[in-house]
Amino acid sequence: MSILHTVNKSAYERNALDSCLGHTKPGDSVLLIEDGVISARAGSVAGDKLAAALGETGVSIYALGADMAARGIPEDKLVDGVKVVDYAGFVDLAAENDAVEAWL
Amino acid sequence: MGDMSEGGTTKKFLYLNRKASYGTVYALESLEVVLIAAAFEQDVSLAFIDDGVYQIIKGQDTKGIGMKNFSPTFNALGDYDINKLYVEKESLDERGLTEDDLMPLVYEDEDDDWAEKPSIKIVNRAEMADLMQDQDVILSF
Repeated sequence: MSILHTVNKSAYERNALDSCLGHTKPGDSVLLIEDGVISARAGSVAGDKLAAALGETGVSIYALGADMAARGIPEDKLVDGVKVVDYAGFVDLAAENDAVEAWL
Repeated sequence: MGDMSEGGTTKKFLYLNRKASYGTVYALESLEVVLIAAAFEQDVSLAFIDDGVYQIIKGQDTKGIGMKNFSPTFNALGDYDINKLYVEKESLDERGLTEDDLMPLVYEDEDDDWAEKPSIKIVNRAEMADLMQDQDVILSF
């Protein structure tokens, strides 16, 4: 059993990312979409939390490239280890996991 | 409060922007109201705090999400005498951003031979609190 968790809120706006990361299991994937990508910027308060989660939780973390571009976040400013996916990659993640859990 | 001037009362309006663009409609709505209010020749300031700082970040490209990139409209504010855009330093810092990550928004100063000047002023949280105290009307988005 593995879950794809989607987070569409900024970590500065809601606690969705914190709560999500607290409920993941090793092998799960977390995909940041919409305002969720704001949390993935390197050298930021939320980015540091995300980096720690990458090291500790055994989850893979992804960010949707189109939402990053809309918010002016270049790929080279992402937290190390966060992978960029496009919409097709989003679909692949949904298909690869047993369930999708949205953290609204 | 407010000064009586020819044609009516001028009040100090602060538009408080706390959310990033595109994820919700607040940012776009704020910009629309600012542009409407510009027609009434009020003393307008814009504050960008929390995720609101992302509204004026450089290099926004919305092709991939199928929404209109309205960030170029911020460049037009100077032509409407809206040239006081206050950005909170602490909000930038928390998000790993600096002033260099923001759009270079400018206006032409009619009192200084139309010299081009920056519209964005970086202020700290205490200065932002003072700015809020100095207003007649605060509109939140």
